[in-house]
Amino acid sequence: MSSIRIKAKDRKGMVDVKCLMKHNMETGLRKDKSGKKIPEHWIQDVTAESNGKVVFSCAFNTSISKDPYLSFAFSGKKGDSLKVSWKDNTGATDSAETKIK
Amino acid sequence: MKKIIRNVAFGLVGLSISAASVAGPEEDRQAFRKFYENRFPQVQPIGDFQNGVYSILPAAREQWEAIEEFPPYELSIERGEEIYNKTFANGKSLKDCFGEDGAVRDQYPHWDKERGMVVTMELAINECLEANGEKPLKYKKGAMADVSAYMSYNSRGQILNVEIPSDDPRALAAYEMGKEQFYTKRGQLNFACADCHMHTSGMNYRADTVSPALGHATSWPVFRSKWQAMGTLHRRFAGCHNNIRANPFKAQGEEYRNLEYFVTYMSNGLEFNGPAARK
Amino acid sequence: MDRRSVLKVAGVVSAAATALVAMPRLAMAAYTEKAFKSKAGADALQNAYGANATTPSDQVKLKAPDIAENGAVVPVEVQTDMEADSIAILIDGNPSPLALTADIPAGTKGLVKTRCRMGKTTNVTAVVKSGGKLYTASKEVKVTIGGCGG
Repeated sequence: MSSIRIKAKDRKGMVDVKCLMKHNMETGLRKDKSGKKIPEHWIQDVTAESNGKVVFSCAFNTSISKDPYLSFAFSGKKGDSLKVSWKDNTGATDSAETKIK
Repeated sequence: MKKIIRNVAFGLVGLSISAASVAGPEEDRQAFRKFYENRFPQVQPIGDFQNGVYSILPAAREQWEAIEEFPPYELSIERGEEIYNKTFANGKSLKDCFGEDGAVRDQYPHWDKERGMVVTMELAINECLEANGEKPLKYKKGAMADVSAYMSYNSRGQILNVEIPSDDPRALAAYEMGKEQFYTKRGQLNFACADCHMHTSGMNYRADTVSPALGHATSWPVFRSKWQAMGTLHRRFAGCHNNIRANPFKAQGEEYRNLEYFVTYMSNGLEFNGPAARK
Repeated sequence: MDRRSVLKVAGVVSAAATALVAMPRLAMAAYTEKAFKSKAGADALQNAYGANATTPSDQVKLKAPDIAENGAVVPVEVQTDMEADSIAILIDGNPSPLALTADIPAGTKGLVKTRCRMGKTTNVTAVVKSGGKLYTASKEVKVTIGGCGG
C-alpha cells in the first residue's frame, strides 16, 4: 500500500491538495536504545503531476516533521488525475494517484 | 416548645439524610457541568468542551486546526481498520463481537452485572480476542490504540450515556471509587485530578495549560504530539500519575476502569469525537 | 556563469543588480546537499537560488504560531499573491536552516503548507522568489518545553 494519502478537491477551478506521507523522517540526530545513532532517512523530493504536467514540486530537509504533511493548490478540475511521488535519501521512491473530487 | 423544635430538627435531619441518598451521580454530574460552565463561559456551545484545552485557548486552537487539516491519527485509523477486519485463526474477526464497523463507542464503559465490574471498550476488545484464541493486545498503545481509534472514529457523534444501574449497588460503589480517585490527592506532588483539571483548569503549569475535565472522556484514544503516536485513556492516566510522582495503576485494572466510569459519566450528554489530536 | 563572476568581482550585490542566472526549473526545487546542509540561512539561499539579498514584503504571508504547541510539529504556511517561481522556508535556529524549497509552475498558487521541526525558539522566514528577486516575511516562533502536557 502506498505511503501517500491524498485529498484533492476542486474549489471553483483551484484544486486544493492535502497530502500526508507516512515516513519517519529520521534526522540522523536520534540515538536508539543502545546509544547508536539512527541514520538519517528522509523524503528529499516530492513531485505532483496532473494531466501529465508537473503542478508542484518541492524538496524537504530533515526538519520537516515525521509523516510529512504537504498542502498546495493549482488550477485544475474535478475528474482530473493527480499523482504525487516522493524520493528519499536512500533512493527509495513511492507514489499514489487519485482523481480530483 | 422543645418537643416541637426537636421534631422539626429531626425532620430536617431526616430530610438531609434522604437528600444525600437521592443526591448521587446525576447531581454530581450537573454540579460538575455547572462548575465548568461558570468557569469558562466562553465555551459555546457547551459541547465544545469535547475539544479539551482547544475549547479555551484560541491560539492553541489555531495550531490544532492546522493539524486537523490532515491529522496524523488518520494513519492509525487505517491500521486499526486492517486489524479490525483481519480474520482470526478460527475464521472469525472483531466484527463478530462488535459489528460490521465497530461503531460501539457509546456502549462503553458500562457496568457488567454478571461479573460485577466496569467494562471498557479496550477491555472488551481483548476479551473478544482471547475468547477467539487470539493473543491479547497491550493496553496503552500500538495495535490496541489503532483498533480503538478505528472504532472510535466510526462512532463519532454518538452521545455519551454512561448508566449506573440502580438495581445493583456495586455499580454505584464503582462509580464512587472512581469519584474518590478523582478528588483524592496522590503522589509526591500531592495532587488530585480535581486540583489541576478542575480548580486550576485553564491555568498554566510551566508551558502547559491544564484542560478542563468536562469533555475529557469524549476524545480517546488520542494522538499526542508528545508521543508522536496514538495512546489510550489509560496510557494517559498512567502518564498523569507519573507526572505527579504517584505510582500509576495498571492499565485496565480496577482503579482506572472505575476512574474511567466516573470521568465518562461526568461528560454524559457530550459527543464522542475520538480519535483526537492533542499536544 | 560569466555574468555572475563579473558581478562578484565588481562587488555589486544589490537586490536590483543581482540577476539570477537562469537555472532549470526543476533543479531549483530539487534537493541539493549544498543548500540544505548550509549552516546559515544566507548561504542556504545563495546555494538554492544563486542569490541571498532579500527584501521584506507584506505580500509574503507567513502563518506560524507565536508559541508552538510542540516543536516536533509546528504548522507553517506561506502564501503570496505575487507571481511566484519558488517558495522557501528557513528556520534560523535549526542546525541547517533551509527546511523546504518549492517550485511553483504557472497555474499553481503561491502557497505551501507543511509541519516543521523546530529545536528552539527562533525566527521562521518565508522566502518568495518572484521576478528575479527574493522577498521575505519573518516571525519569531517560541518553542517551550516543560510542564505536564496539560
